[in-house]
Amino acid sequence: LAPWAPVVGLEIHAQISSNSKLFSGSQVQFAAPPNSLVSFFDASLPGTLPVLNRRCVEAAVMTGLALNCSINKKSLFDRKHYFYADLPAGYQITQQRVPIAVNGCLSYSLCIDSKMSQMVTKTVRIKQIQLEQDSGKSLHDDTRSQTLVDLNRAGVGLMEVVMEPDVCCGEEAAAAVRELQLILQTLGSSQAVMAEGQLRVDANVSVHHPGEPYGVRTEVKNINSIRFLAKAIDYEIQRQIEELENGGTILNETRAFDSKLGCTVPMRDKEGKQDYRFMPEPNLPPLILYDTKSLPANMNHQQVINIDWIHERLPDLPSVKRKKLVEKYGILPEHSFTLLNEDGLAEFFESVVKRTQMKPKKVIGWILNDLLSYLKQHSLTVKESPVSSFLLGDLLNLLEKKEISSTAAKQVFAELWKGEGKTPLEIVKEQKLGLLQDQKELEQICQAVIDGQENE
Amino acid sequence: MRALLLGRWLRAGPGPPRVPPRPESRHRGNGGNGGHGPLRQKVSVEVLDHLEHLALVDFRDSEGVERLHKAIQFADQLHEVNTDGVELMDSVLEDRCLYLREDDVTEGNCTKELLENAREKVEEYFVAPPGNIPLPKLEERETFLQGS
Repeated sequence: LAPWAPVVGLEIHAQISSNSKLFSGSQVQFAAPPNSLVSFFDASLPGTLPVLNRRCVEAAVMTGLALNCSINKKSLFDRKHYFYADLPAGYQITQQRVPIAVNGCLSYSLCIDSKMSQMVTKTVRIKQIQLEQDSGKSLHDDTRSQTLVDLNRAGVGLMEVVMEPDVCCGEEAAAAVRELQLILQTLGSSQAVMAEGQLRVDANVSVHHPGEPYGVRTEVKNINSIRFLAKAIDYEIQRQIEELENGGTILNETRAFDSKLGCTVPMRDKEGKQDYRFMPEPNLPPLILYDTKSLPANMNHQQVINIDWIHERLPDLPSVKRKKLVEKYGILPEHSFTLLNEDGLAEFFESVVKRTQMKPKKVIGWILNDLLSYLKQHSLTVKESPVSSFLLGDLLNLLEKKEISSTAAKQVFAELWKGEGKTPLEIVKEQKLGLLQDQKELEQICQAVIDGQENE
Repeated sequence: MRALLLGRWLRAGPGPPRVPPRPESRHRGNGGNGGHGPLRQKVSVEVLDHLEHLALVDFRDSEGVERLHKAIQFADQLHEVNTDGVELMDSVLEDRCLYLREDDVTEGNCTKELLENAREKVEEYFVAPPGNIPLPKLEERETFLQGS
């Protein structure tokens, strides 16, 4: 049987982290009272016009630069028309013809084996990044056969990141999206929390035999976490392979991922192929960006976006941070991945290293094996850890100075975890865990044991 | 008009736009008519039906369709100009500066006013039908397009 090559193209919508919306001055905020963050423009009342938010443009430029894209100095806005209750205007303002950034790439790493001891680097090409409006939210009330519409989200700025179909399975997709999430969070252009809808991923999946043309693709939506992303993609790949091997065909359709059943199902309410009737947005002139060379002399500073200025101020991206951790502390690359994967863990680690004389290569073991496993067991974030970096640092000092054994250290750590405010030294004294260093005392004890044996 | 670039593989939307780069059966340099000459191609019933679905317009009667034909004729005058080598203009605003607004919260908090317009509301939500109510197929609609 000829091998199957799965092909996955990801489309990611990241909500821009800004105070106000893309084209209006209403607030961007999660979980506010319904329809309280809606301006007349967001509600599409007649006579309103879009006014572009500078911060959203900067966020998109930052993201484009971080993903190695070419930034288009001139980009255009278009209207994408379709009818839905949460899209009051009947169209979405997007960038279909000339988006703000094109032709980038994203590097990510995968573990070859489950022991996380060997990592391989892969890349996925970024086709483009475009600015567009988010729609409102629909709450379906099936019992009363109606939909409730909340427009708080309508008009919030989105960056759509379109990737080329370079990904071939759920694991790769999950790793790529995770890396993108970390980059966005590092830049601050999006908080990218999937649970709050700030990062939404759709996957286009198809299979074919190598050497033959691409197969028919399906679009998988309604994926709410990175874990489910991998599951949904792998399920869909399997489903398509089985269907084709049984002589069936794949429909070019949209499917939703059902997380409870772990499978994809055709989405209802999809009216066949949509014709979006794209047209230029007549109310917005082209968006012009500058660099240091092309900077106009007499323009108002506030009206000018300088790509080079933004480039100079980009923070260290996760890949750079990892490299620095490995170089500075001599830890393994896999370790640096885990450190960056948990919010605040890298900072915690560095703080402990500062506090203790123990070598970073040994400290990392305590961070990744002891601290992290306790946090996971109790479902806590690093910030919520009952053991501070100072306490851990002190504990490791006792161990390093050989005042306690490593077994005793683990006991002390378990005690510290209770968060009763005791210091490591206090716990050692209380539980008499101190190592005896006095030679004479040790001899006496040994002699007493020997004597005791002789008496029996 | 130069044809716009192709839609992309990943987009759910259409491929190339349906506006042909040159209208079929038209000779250049026709001049003098000012767009009031006879229409060279009528718009088919299928296209009219498609338009009614897409834009939810109702052509209603032959007068409505005729108005559409006249509008197309009027726009076709654009083809009488030789635009070879001329860059596409899609907005008369192309020379204007796109104004950039500061990221401040200046609007919103007018729930009551917004909901005044709503025919139906539930606890400050707008109420809509459960999904899009699709326009019935041509055969099932009471439209004059039937039997055209």
